Order: sequence, then C-alpha cells, then structure tokens
Amino acid sequence: MKELKILGIVAAFTLVLYWGVEPFAHSQMHKHVEGEGLKYSDLKPAPKGDAARGEALAAACVGCHSINVKNMPAPMDPVMSAQTYGVNPPDLSLAGKVMDEKFFAHFLLNPAEVTKSKHFAMPPSAGSLQDAADIVAYFKSIAPKEVTPKETYEFACGRCHANRYGNWTQIGEVPKTKSNIKTGVDLDALEFKKNLGIYQNKLADYMGKLPPDLSIIIRARSEHFLETLVENPQSQLPGTAMPRVGLNKEGMEKVIEYLEETGDPSKHARSAVGPWVILFFFIFTILAYLWKKSIWKGHY
Amino acid sequence: MANNTKGRRDFMGMALGGFTALGGLGALYAMKRTWDPLPSVKAAGFTTLNMKDYKENELVVEKWRGKPIFVLKQSAETIEKLKKEKPDDLKRLIKVGDGHYTVCVGLCTHLGCIPGFRPETQDFLCACHGGVYDITAEVTKAPPPRGLDIPPYKIDGDKLVLGETGPEYEKMLADGITMPV
Amino acid sequence: MAHFDENAKPFSHQWLNERLAIDTLKRVLSTEYWIPKNINFLWAMGMVLAATFGLLLISGIFLLMYYQPNVDLAFDSVNYTIMSEVGYGWLWRHIHGVGASVVFLIIYIHMFTGIYYGSYKRGRELIWLSGMLLFVAFSAEAFSGYMLPWGQMSYWAGMVITNLFAGGSLHADSLVEWIRGDYVPGQAFLNRFFMLHVLLIPLAIIGLIVLHFGTLRIPHVNNQDGEEIDFEEAAKLYKEGKVKESKVIPFNPVFLSKDVFVMGVYFIFFFYLVFYHFEFAMDPVNFDPADPLKTPAHIYPEWYFLWSYEVLRPFSTDVGLIAFAIAQVIFFMLPFLDKSPNVAPASKRGLFKYWFWAMLIDMIVLTFMGKLPPEGIWSTIGLLAAIFFFVLWIALPIITKKEKKL
Repeated sequence: MKELKILGIVAAFTLVLYWGVEPFAHSQMHKHVEGEGLKYSDLKPAPKGDAARGEALAAACVGCHSINVKNMPAPMDPVMSAQTYGVNPPDLSLAGKVMDEKFFAHFLLNPAEVTKSKHFAMPPSAGSLQDAADIVAYFKSIAPKEVTPKETYEFACGRCHANRYGNWTQIGEVPKTKSNIKTGVDLDALEFKKNLGIYQNKLADYMGKLPPDLSIIIRARSEHFLETLVENPQSQLPGTAMPRVGLNKEGMEKVIEYLEETGDPSKHARSAVGPWVILFFFIFTILAYLWKKSIWKGHY
Repeated sequence: MANNTKGRRDFMGMALGGFTALGGLGALYAMKRTWDPLPSVKAAGFTTLNMKDYKENELVVEKWRGKPIFVLKQSAETIEKLKKEKPDDLKRLIKVGDGHYTVCVGLCTHLGCIPGFRPETQDFLCACHGGVYDITAEVTKAPPPRGLDIPPYKIDGDKLVLGETGPEYEKMLADGITMPV
Repeated sequence: MAHFDENAKPFSHQWLNERLAIDTLKRVLSTEYWIPKNINFLWAMGMVLAATFGLLLISGIFLLMYYQPNVDLAFDSVNYTIMSEVGYGWLWRHIHGVGASVVFLIIYIHMFTGIYYGSYKRGRELIWLSGMLLFVAFSAEAFSGYMLPWGQMSYWAGMVITNLFAGGSLHADSLVEWIRGDYVPGQAFLNRFFMLHVLLIPLAIIGLIVLHFGTLRIPHVNNQDGEEIDFEEAAKLYKEGKVKESKVIPFNPVFLSKDVFVMGVYFIFFFYLVFYHFEFAMDPVNFDPADPLKTPAHIYPEWYFLWSYEVLRPFSTDVGLIAFAIAQVIFFMLPFLDKSPNVAPASKRGLFKYWFWAMLIDMIVLTFMGKLPPEGIWSTIGLLAAIFFFVLWIALPIITKKEKKL
C-alpha cells in the first residue's frame, strides 16, 4: 500500500536522523572507558585476616575517626576536622560493609598511592599487609547487616559532595530551625551556614575546588560514567583530585540507588503511569480507525 | 454518505468521543494533583510552642501555617472571674502544666482581619467590622458568627504542637467549642 | 440591518444563528470546507502540529505555576520542585520537553511534504510564507524556552546565540548588551526570555496559526498529484450524494476522521517517548547548573537547529554569519526561486526530483556534522555540505526554469 511505503520512508529518515544526532554523535564526543567490574586488578590479593587481632590494631583509628556502631565518638566535630585535615574523616561503621576487602587492606598500607590522590590526608595506618587484613576483618565483623542507600552515600561521598535535594551537606543534614518571630532572624540556621562555609572553604583548599553537589548528577552523567568514575576517577577525569574510594558491588549499587532517589525521583511514577497511557492511546487509535472506516464507507 | 451507514458512524463517533472523555478525566485528575499543596508546604504545617515562655496577661503572636496565632496565658483572677460569670468559656482554654492558655487563630471569623487585643477592657476588637471577642476569644458582639478558631494541637509535656491532633483537641471539636481549621 | 426574531428563545438555534451566523460558520469552516480526496497521511501533519501545540500549551500552563524566573531559583524550581514535589510535575515537564523536540520533527515533515508536492506555488505562496513565519516563531519559542531551566546548556546557548547579534566585524556589542540587559546572560536576560517564552511569542504563534489556516481557505489544500480540481463542481457532486465520483470530501467529519486516526498513531509514538525515551529531548549537560566561569566540553544546539548551526560553523566569523543569515531566510524564497509552473510531486518533475532528495540528505548531513566535534574529517564534511547547501539554492531557479511543462 502506498501510504505504508510513504510511512516507511518518513520513519527511515527519522531513524537515521536520530541515530546521527544521538547514539553516533555521543559515541564520538565521549571517550569510552571500559570498567573492570570493581576488580581493582592493580592490587595484589590480601591474606586472610583475623578479626580479634584487628580489633586491637583498630584502636588507633578512633584517634581521628568515629565508629558509631561501637559507640566510639570522633575526637573532633566535622568543622574542626576540616580545619585540621582539610576534610572530615568518615565514620567507620560501614567501612567493612561497602568497601572492597582487597582495596581496603592496601589502602591502609598506603592511602595516597591506592586512592591515586597525591595529597590524601590519611597517613599509612598498618604495618604490614597482614595487619591491614586483620583490621579489615575486624571492620567486616562489626558492620551492620543492612545498610541504606543514604548511609552509603554519606560514608562514601557525603563528606565532599553535598546533595541538596537530599537535604544533605558536607557536615550533615540541614537542621530544622526556627526564626525569631519578631525579627525573622534564624540564628541557628545562620550558625549552621557559617560552619558549613568554613568547612567548604577548607575542603576547597584541600581538593583544589569545591566538589560538586550530586543532587541530580544521575541525569547529568550516564550511570556507566558514574560507575567507572567512582571505580577509578583518573580514568574519566585525568588529574582529578577525587580519590579512588574502593567501593564493592553492594556499595556501588547503594550509591547509585541514592543518586537515583534524589536525581530521578519520578522513575517509579513513570513506569506506573506509562503503560496505562500507552494502552489508552492504543484503544483510542483502534476506535479512531473504526470511526474513520465507517465514515469513509462508500467514498471509494 | 449513504443513509444505512449513518447509524454505525454515529455509534463509532460516540464510542470514540466517550473514550476520549475518559482520557480527559484522567488528565483532569493529574491537573488536580498539580494544584495540590506541595509536600514541603504540608510538612511545614507544624509549629511547636514552649508554653513556659509565656507570661500571664501578655498576648504573644506566633505563626502557624502562615496564620497569626494568639497565645494568652490567663491569670488566676481571670479564671476565678470566668468560673463565676462565664463557666462555658473555661472550656475554650488549654491546660498545659499549671497554666491555662487561650490559643487561637488570630483571624476574625467574620472575614479574616486580625482583631486587636485591648488590655484595659480585656477583650479583642476587630477594627474592620466592629466584632468583639472576650478574653477567651469567644465572640460577644456580631458580626463574627463564632469565637476565634482553635488550631489543632497536641499537648507534649510543657510543649504544644500545633498542627497535630491530640485527644484534648478532639474533645473540643466533639463539644462544638471550635470548628476544624 | 439584520433581522432579529423577537420570539426566538435565547440561545436557541435560531437566536444564535441571527447573532453569530453559526450555520454559515459551520458550513464555511467545517461541513462544506472541501478537501481533496486524493491525499495521504502526510496531509494530517497540520492537525498533528495543532495537537502538539495544544499539549505544549497545557503542559506549559502547569509548569508556569511552579517555575521561578530567578537565576538562583530557576534550576531547582525545575529540577527539584517540579520534578519531585509537584504532583505529576514530572509528567508536564516530560511532555513539554519531548513536545518541544517532536514538534520540530513534525514541522520538518510538514515542510518537506509541501516541498515534495509543490504546495507552495500558484496561489499557495501565502500558505508557505505564513508557515515559514510559524517556523521562525517556533524556533524563537524553543530557544527562549531552552533558557529557562538555567542549566549549563541554557547559559552557554544564551551566551553564544546572543553573541551572533554582534554581527562579527561590525562589533555591535552594545546591541548584544541591549538584548541581554546585562554584560552576560543574567537576571535581566532570564526575565525577558521568560516573558518572551510565556507571553509574546505564544501570542504571535496563535495569531500566525490563524493566518496559516486563513491562507489555506481560498487556494484549498493541494493533493497527491497536484491536480487542479474544480472544487465547486466536485462539491456539487458530493452534495448530490455521489461521494464516490466526487474528488472532494468535507473537512468535517470525513477528513477529520482520518486526521484523528493519524493523531492516535502519533500519540502512541509521542507518549512512548515521554515515558520511556525522553533523554534525547532533555540534554544531560543541562542538568548541571549554569556556571558563568566554566564552558562545558561540548556545546551544541538542540537537533532541529543543527543544520543552520553547521552552515555557520565551518566558515570564518563574518562569512559564517552571512551564510547563517541567508540560511535562516532562504526557505522563505522557495515559491519565487522555483520558476517552474508545474504543481506536481517531485517524482514527476525531472531534475527537481534530484534536487529534493539532495536537499533533504544535505540537511541531514549538516545536522549530523553540527553535533559532532568540529575537528578532522567532520570539519571537512561539514564545510562541503554547507557549500553544497548554497549550490543547491543557486541551482534551483536554473533547473526549474528548464523544467518541461507537464
């Protein structure tokens, strides 16, 4: 039929056009980085660790870090920490849960080299690979069974990257405060803003610039880009100050899940509504076809 | 068009029209949802008052859901006086700790102006149309149809959470002391 | 003085007829607005465009309820408030974004249909010209709308496009500043483009749509063979009940019923894109907030502007600007550059057939090159395609003059 032939031509040109301006153009614009599935193959396998030995060795960690699952607080608040180290050291409760074992062990031996970040604030913190493996085993033993996407984000990304759609700043959640009814001044909020400002200035000095807010990064970059970037920042952004953080599969999934929660919150609604709307227009089209047929009866 | 096709044509046209109207209803629902107050607006609909902060016979204006809220701690003399003269008005007071408080939306129930407190006469006068309320914000002179509305509240120790509904507020509603706000 | 029957019931048929001439209106605009029978689904693109404009208008109304035209708030009002807080806000935004892109696909199909069947000459020049004005208005609407989310692409597109008005060596920098209301795209710029997008240009578009319909009424719609139809005679046949013999059909309901069917198919495609394939219409770069101190690694216009962008890009500033200016208006000249009297499908028109396909393919090549990084082989292909574009326009009057009269 002639109309189908015309439709075929229109569709073919449209598809060629689409292919040229979308998949083809983007493949030419961005270099393709092949990830290695979080294997961290540049690092040698670590020996089996002993959690009991590790517990004694890990006592040194709380000199800078908190371990909330063990009710061990940090010696300094985030702002003070940033003034001392440039960044707030993370709480270590989740370290054994979302970090790759092998990476974690080598990281303890030589943080700057393993993170590929020249001026990483943390000093080498294990005497031997065996000591490191023991500490890792300890953190694995104390880690909670379940971890939420948000907690993972806070641990892995949240001390450098704010997420304002998730109400998160580098020094924690934005607190609920109340302004004075007579003046409209909210001193608590101003205080928080000032502390955040101090932290961010220090962080920017430490990293070279203020790391971007990641509220909607999931729409701004592809999932593949983000995964390969987190796996090895230098592969996507050569020379970046961002350290390799050594997430394992679960950690990566949780981080991406959190970024989707804040950056693409309508995903579930889309997949819930979409089929109904499409179905509606299918039936609409069938009815419209029958109507057209009845009206055109006798015209040819 | 031949006449014998007309019936079927009309039927299909109506079927299509009816089905399209169905889709229109769906679209209207989405539009209605778009007009709804945002979740952040709804979440901000709670105000916590620390009742210890208030002094007797001193009117303080707070804000809840963008509306002015009158808070007036009643003195023992007022309570005594009310017991004798207007025992019904006592039901309008909220008891938190040892204190009795008048807490109400400071918008005239007539047309929504803010009545002013007159310490010398111990009442509220709405300047817009001359409505008068007594010390517990019960209406004493028309045009307002009823006393100032009491916002939903929940007593939490020394604190009063506006926006949440506690048993005391539910009782007020059931007794017809106030209208739901 | 018209006659008014005092006994007519208010709002009865007679009452309305005396005041509004509804019978005449219905006849002229609908039941006796004759359309040739010999058409295909491409003739439905006009109604498809009207429907898409309707979708853009409705979704736009709801976006307008929450959008904040402020450089500090715009980005989050779109990406946070509308996308995550407003009930079905994401749906309006996706319809609006996808609609803005797809409307150009349909416009281009509509345009090339007109070119292919010669529907721009012998009485139909004004249809073509008003259509081209609509194309320009839609382009301005798309550009101004693209500024509003105030992402990186918005900002840098605003920077680059307004800089075009400096006119290269003319250095009309004060004109650029006047357009922006600032030295760079800032608050004043965002506010005025917001005004243009939601008021002035939509008003112009609505007016132009009315004009476009108006220009169609007297010369009538073309048909698949470019045949000149005696509409009065054909209409007479149709009204006598000889619908099979008649070469025309009434707009309502016969033509409309086919339009509605085509629209149904189109809506399936459209909403598939809205729900499952919207990335092409919402560029990732624009999900980074505007940063006046950092240009993105790759900037490019939306796909529908790429061909004219590529006409500008391969040349030096001044030549490029002139080429760009010509490319913007050259399609207006089509009815006057086509010297052939034939109104017929391109396939029957000798050399013009090749001209048509060459133009279509050249514009697609330009579109591809407009998005690719301007380096190496892509630059060369882009330059050649741009030159070829002008060669085709120069050749048009020559080959059409030689064309044999059918």
